[in-house]
Amino acid sequence: MHVPEELWYTKEHEWVRFEGGGRARMGITDHAQHELGDITYVDLPGVGKQVTQGAELMVIESVKAASDVYAPVSGTVGEVNTALADAPELINKDPYGGGWLCVLSGVDEGEKARLLSAAEYRALLERQ
Amino acid sequence: MKLIYEQSRPGRRGVRVPECSVPRAKARIPARLRRKEPAALPEVSELDVIRHYTNLSRLNFSVDTNYYPLGSCTMKYNPKVCEKVARLDGFAKLHPLLPQLRNGGMLTQGALKVLYELERMLAEVTGMAEMTLQPMAGANGELTGAMIIAAYHAARGNDKKRFLIPDSAHGTNPATAAIAGYGVTPIPSDGEGCMDLKALEKELSDDVAGVMLTAPNTLGLFEKHVQTICRLVHEVDGLMYCDGANMNAFVGRVRPGDLGFDVVHLNLHKTFATPHGGGGPGAGAVGVVEKLRPFLPISRVIKRDDGTYALDYEAPQSIGYIAPFYGNFGVLLRAYAYLRMLGAEGLREVSTHAVLNANYVRVKLREKYETPYDRMCMHECVISARRQERHGVRALDIAKALLDRGFHAPTVYFPLIVHEALMIEPTETESKETLDAFIAAMEEIAELAETEPARLHAAPVTTPVGRLDEAAAAREMILTA
Repeated sequence: MHVPEELWYTKEHEWVRFEGGGRARMGITDHAQHELGDITYVDLPGVGKQVTQGAELMVIESVKAASDVYAPVSGTVGEVNTALADAPELINKDPYGGGWLCVLSGVDEGEKARLLSAAEYRALLERQ
Repeated sequence: MKLIYEQSRPGRRGVRVPECSVPRAKARIPARLRRKEPAALPEVSELDVIRHYTNLSRLNFSVDTNYYPLGSCTMKYNPKVCEKVARLDGFAKLHPLLPQLRNGGMLTQGALKVLYELERMLAEVTGMAEMTLQPMAGANGELTGAMIIAAYHAARGNDKKRFLIPDSAHGTNPATAAIAGYGVTPIPSDGEGCMDLKALEKELSDDVAGVMLTAPNTLGLFEKHVQTICRLVHEVDGLMYCDGANMNAFVGRVRPGDLGFDVVHLNLHKTFATPHGGGGPGAGAVGVVEKLRPFLPISRVIKRDDGTYALDYEAPQSIGYIAPFYGNFGVLLRAYAYLRMLGAEGLREVSTHAVLNANYVRVKLREKYETPYDRMCMHECVISARRQERHGVRALDIAKALLDRGFHAPTVYFPLIVHEALMIEPTETESKETLDAFIAAMEEIAELAETEPARLHAAPVTTPVGRLDEAAAAREMILTA
């Protein structure tokens, strides 16, 4: 499974990239998309929605199940990946790139303390 | 196959209808409400119709034709005599409003007696004080049970906010709790597939309305700590709800009431002789302990001192109506016939063979497939395609390959807590020869996974349609004609 070095991760298999200026882009990991199988629908959150770290952010449906996606960090939804409405398969094809889910703004990088590094996330996957 | 409409030829008729001997009503129907054109009905002969629908029925996969080990669904064979009973004119042609008319109840004594006696029999089977037969299916039964629990707490002035539900429960359980107005806190499973007691104790507090437990759970395992769980939950005046949809596993042997449950629902359309999986109708009878009796839905069937039966609507604390009339009466008739036919001894045989068959399959498959919770199971076993996944073969491929070998696929990717899950429920009605044939097919598929995985990816090749694109079907839904 692909686990990019520069990203941060959660135990629930979300990734987050701190882009500076209090912005953080997030999505689900390669492992998560593989486990879910073909993704059929993404119930994107509304722009302006406020979430705290670990809270339910949105729901992703696949041929197997509907699954909650949790906010990796606290913040306000500033931008969502509208391309997913017509092409949810982007998450399967490119989970860390074109398959991003949303950008949270007003985030505190201090919350990294409760996230996993790439090495820690890889170790988690190996234990499973 | 052509649609019946595509076989239509102008003027072709199956029967010749005589000229209408009474004046046509057409003149009385306002012009704006009349059809502009004749209805687009297919014009076909009687033989066209017979052939078309007979051939359509042959495309079906059914318990009457093939082994159907669809986990969590109890696709067992149901005796045809139960169908016959449900079709008796005296029952089938009874008007549902009759018992509500003045003196009409005396014309429906037989039907009311069936309801009354079925309630008594199911109360005995579940160890409950009272039953209602009204819920139209399992989820309707769950909601009825959750509403009864809510009414109980309201009557006692309890301030309850949430249900605790293990992650091995049926997916309908959290939905039921939410619709009944409660929050849901999931409780994880321990290494043995049972509820994690420590996690439960941590979450238990005075705001817990109850615990909804699927027993046996979706891993096909008996909840070993059930009596401890009941005691802990009762200590905070929470109630124990048993999702008894899997009753086929221990009917005649274990009674939820004896374990400490306060409410239980049964899927009569799974365990008690109504074919399941046809999309209905169902019946989700609900049993309750004595202290919950006042909250049962109305109407209640009562037996008067003179031995006659009547409907009673006097129940001030009742949760009210939850279904029209008296539930799905046809399903109840089948359950009644089935219970009378089997008796206590027969019922025990049902669960004995259901559990034996599941364990036989589990042990036989253990060599070729991973069995994640490998202990004695109940009526179904869950295996994982993890080993086959290394060769690029997933649970879905195995399921499709089984279709080519004349078996319905097991349930796949459920429960969610097992990776690449295949959930197999043999049921009690299958012979050892059938189980052996299924096991042989599973072993052959496991070998193919190592040697020729491409053949499994191509499956099914013998069915009326090949592999369907499930993702496209979900992504590009066309909801209009």
